[in-house]
Amino acid sequence: MWIFQWLHGLNPLFVYLLIPLAPLAGALIAGLLGWKLQERAHWFPILGVALSFFLSLHVLWQSTQGIGFYGNVYTWGVLGNLPVSIGFDIDSLTALMLVVVTFVSLCVHIYTIGYMHGDPGYARFFSYIALFTFSMLMLVMSNNFLQLFFGWEAVGLVSYLLIGFWFNRESANQAALKAFLVNRVGDFGFLLGIAAVYHYCGSLDYRTVFAAVPSLVGQTVEILPGHHWSVLTWIAILLFIGAMGKSAQVPLHVWLPESMEGPTPISALIHAATMVTAGIFMVARMSPIYEASTTALSVILLIGAITALSMGLIGLVQNDIKRIIAYSTLSQLGYMTAALGASAFSAAIFHLMTHAFFKALLFLAAGSVIHAMANEQDIRKMGGLRRYMPITYLTFLIGSLALAGIPPFSGFFSKDLIIEAVGLSRIPGAGWAHVFLILGVVVTALYTFRMFFLVFHGAPRMDEHTRAHLHESPWVITLPLLALSVPAVYAGWAYIGPVGLGHFLDSSLTIRPSLDTVAEISAHWQGASAFVLEGLTAWPFWLALLGIALAAYFYAWRGGVPASLSRILTPFSWILRQKYGFDAFNNGILVPLALWFGRRFWHQGDERVIDGWFVNGSAREIGRAALSWRRLQSGYIYHYAFAMIIGLVLFMSYFMIWRG
Amino acid sequence: MGTQALLSQSIWVPIAFGVLVLAVGDRRTTLVKWLALLGSTVTFVITLELLAGFDTHTAAMQFVERVPWIPSLNIDYHLGVDGISLWFVLLTSFLTILVVISSWTNVHRRLAQFLGAFLIMDGLMIGVFCALDAILFYFFWEATLIPMFLIIGVWGGPRRVYATIKFFLYTFLGSVLMLVALLYLHFHSGGSFNLLTFQNTPLGLAAQTWIFLAFFLAFAVKIPMWPVHTWLPDAHVEAPTAGSVILAAVMLKMGAYGFLRLSLPITPDASHHLAWLMILLSLIAIVYIALVAIVQQDMKKLVAYSSIAHMGFVTLGFFVFDATAVEGGIIQMLSHGFISAAMFLCIGVLYDRMHTRDIHAYGGVANVMPIFASFMMLFAMGNVGLPGTSGFVGEFMVVLGTYQVNPWAAIIAATGLITGAGYTLWLFKRVMFGGVIHREVAALTDLNAQEFLVLGSLAVLTLLMGVWPAPFLDIVHTSVQHLLTQVAASKIPG
Repeated sequence: MWIFQWLHGLNPLFVYLLIPLAPLAGALIAGLLGWKLQERAHWFPILGVALSFFLSLHVLWQSTQGIGFYGNVYTWGVLGNLPVSIGFDIDSLTALMLVVVTFVSLCVHIYTIGYMHGDPGYARFFSYIALFTFSMLMLVMSNNFLQLFFGWEAVGLVSYLLIGFWFNRESANQAALKAFLVNRVGDFGFLLGIAAVYHYCGSLDYRTVFAAVPSLVGQTVEILPGHHWSVLTWIAILLFIGAMGKSAQVPLHVWLPESMEGPTPISALIHAATMVTAGIFMVARMSPIYEASTTALSVILLIGAITALSMGLIGLVQNDIKRIIAYSTLSQLGYMTAALGASAFSAAIFHLMTHAFFKALLFLAAGSVIHAMANEQDIRKMGGLRRYMPITYLTFLIGSLALAGIPPFSGFFSKDLIIEAVGLSRIPGAGWAHVFLILGVVVTALYTFRMFFLVFHGAPRMDEHTRAHLHESPWVITLPLLALSVPAVYAGWAYIGPVGLGHFLDSSLTIRPSLDTVAEISAHWQGASAFVLEGLTAWPFWLALLGIALAAYFYAWRGGVPASLSRILTPFSWILRQKYGFDAFNNGILVPLALWFGRRFWHQGDERVIDGWFVNGSAREIGRAALSWRRLQSGYIYHYAFAMIIGLVLFMSYFMIWRG
Repeated sequence: MGTQALLSQSIWVPIAFGVLVLAVGDRRTTLVKWLALLGSTVTFVITLELLAGFDTHTAAMQFVERVPWIPSLNIDYHLGVDGISLWFVLLTSFLTILVVISSWTNVHRRLAQFLGAFLIMDGLMIGVFCALDAILFYFFWEATLIPMFLIIGVWGGPRRVYATIKFFLYTFLGSVLMLVALLYLHFHSGGSFNLLTFQNTPLGLAAQTWIFLAFFLAFAVKIPMWPVHTWLPDAHVEAPTAGSVILAAVMLKMGAYGFLRLSLPITPDASHHLAWLMILLSLIAIVYIALVAIVQQDMKKLVAYSSIAHMGFVTLGFFVFDATAVEGGIIQMLSHGFISAAMFLCIGVLYDRMHTRDIHAYGGVANVMPIFASFMMLFAMGNVGLPGTSGFVGEFMVVLGTYQVNPWAAIIAATGLITGAGYTLWLFKRVMFGGVIHREVAALTDLNAQEFLVLGSLAVLTLLMGVWPAPFLDIVHTSVQHLLTQVAASKIPG
């Protein structure tokens, strides 16, 4: 490709700088001039993101040629004696993330033209999503913890702004605040993790830190008296707390379902394809640290597996189309996290990639449905939509099949790889995790196709008015759907070798040979078609088919779960509807407790004790003393004379007795 | 302007302009406004010359001026700046311009006296940051109380008398013992009042401890640290917007500056001995005060409490004796100068229109004031400490530096990340978001030109310092290194 050759001749830093800065420029123009541009504001962000998508392809091409980059752009500041810079680490992992992020972002940008048409915040929306793209690119391109944290928090900010985009809706504002706060809980750990890295490695630069990791093996830290923890476990877990917030792992997952209050395009971009995968990316990027701590890997594996199964189960009882997909995202993030725990970093990144495509596709298709249904999101009020929206129907089906893990769609490859890797893992907890993940497959297929059949099949259940207005969406909406369908179908087949089995990513990852599950799989690798044939005889595939069959039986054929069955299941579904009580705990105990302490400290501590007893109390006492002393000033000369004589006597006696 | 006596110029030029403004009086308001703007701008330009001529490679005092003032008592008129004080001189002179501009249209009563007070205050506060003679320092230190006392007492809210008396007594009583300590040092050091001489005077641990505690009382009240902080919310609530800005952005910094200039170098051993107490009080400020901030109903009180919590990071950074943390503390002071000023100005924007600071009186302001909402979001994010804003830099460095020395202190301090986001964004949500709650909100108008200019310039600084703090850190670095070597050396004789 001559244009890539030409770009290759340019100063590499120029190209790398342009990748994040082009969307930033678009965001600034749309944000600052939006009042004037109105509905033409989309041009600048779209051009910016398109440019950075194109350049990302170039970087990926370079990366396949073995060309990377590691260097600084400018010195951010000297902390103590340590210069910390803003810089780029361009390797295969980054290159892959760049393409995924900019591709999905571009699709979402185009889709937004149609979806947000007529919204008063049109320009503001474009400004936000372009700003998001900038932040996410800074995050994945970083070569140091400071910039990582910058991108990490900046995507959180944009996510907060976009969840609360329709700020006249109370529920949206609540959800935005909750998302920010829960993420901050994760960032609390993340920041301390960075502080620990700084303390033990004396640097924030990736390469320097990774080079220092071997020397930390065996060192312990005593945070709780009497408990000696491995330094690397401590660092790894602190950083992972950050990932739990951002990638919504139990128990910091509570913000993600509510983030669906935001407009659908950002649910696709931020809360499915990119931002929520930042935690996965981060752990993969930090593989030298994580590989040095089996304890941390076990924790990650179990948290991931628990998230994968438990959140999928909640998806079964949801009726809001976006919430179902959101719980599915939580569950899939759990799969990725579990893969990280099993040291199958490349499988996690591979699933991240396929998931980005098929989940963005599902969300955008759901958005298309919501758009056609005049903002109705309850799947019980839909039905039979396939007749009205053929393109949406077809693309939604592709997304669903990919999500459920049916070959040859992309999700099958990545999910099967993860399950196999976890099955091979020998670290503590791997057995349980494997069981959870396999059970998760049937749950995934069941909730996905319950939604699918309720939305597109059966009798239409919407009111007459909505039904009369049902229509396929305009091309700016269907085009991104078709564009995303392409990789949702083939990306698994085509990339399982290079990406999933890690040969492409090898240079970016550090894996301890004894833990390398992916290497075991690739040792008897016979190609993607053999993988499919093998998959057809394995449990997960049949469980997925079982899930689809159950969904078809109940929701397409029978028109719902029979009453007798649902009565038996009532206790379970009650627990699932309560979402295991996390929200009740947070809203009923945690928040009131903080407010209670705040009020106590304010009224009792500040007002009563400090002000009441000491400040105003002492003023009162002084006032009272002054009253009594005033009597001394009687105005009679002899009183004063008497006092003076007494004083003089005391003074002189002091000097004569003690000093003399 | 010559290059001679730049520090004297930056102290006395604004005071002279202040007197001039007072002399012109209220009759000619237009002249008064322009004079005040001219005075504050000239002062800022003078202080910029300091920045331009500053040598970052030396920890020695620069632009030193020293002439005998009261020779019989060895009291000198002795001025100088180093990397620790330079930024605060600039911060003071810069914010005075903003305060003058923001008061142009918003103060209707006794404008000349109001602006005069701020100009005089400008010079006096710069004096605090430049004085190298103990008596001169004490003079400026106490003198700043008078204009602030008048600003709150004359232009304040309904409970201004209670607030001013509380403010005055608290800070005045706190400072009296500092004078005693300075006099003790004078006699002990062989009759000098030179602060730099004090730094080299050997002192026993007991004497150091007493001196440290006397200083502590003066500075802790000013910062303010828990539990001597209760004057601040009252003072802020009653103060006019401009008063709150200067109070939060500059006057609080005088306390923290005092720790750096006096406590740490003069009583290094006592500082080490009592560091646990300082760390404890700082952490209480970060945790306790942040929780108190969450439940406030008055916007100004909320931001006042948030100031105390942020200053907790500053004192925490100072008393772990780590270069990163100390520099972080200084950066945090500077950043807090921008962000708290901006937050109080934002509240002022709302108060000028609605005449209430009660959070419940607002709702949906973003619908009618989108530009204002964007600015306030930026400053709220600064207050939260989001990377990319100046608020992040200081907190980040303090947490990093503290972790080196005391991981638990860092863990507790890092909870400020969560609570800070809680009170700031909850405030923002209740005031800005939601539907327009009543007709008065619907009738609000967006920022006028002055407000835009003032908030815009603070926004630029907040972002600049967040994206590229290197120049700010470079100025501070050598002086902090020097300070830390001073603190590390014991002064106990024998």
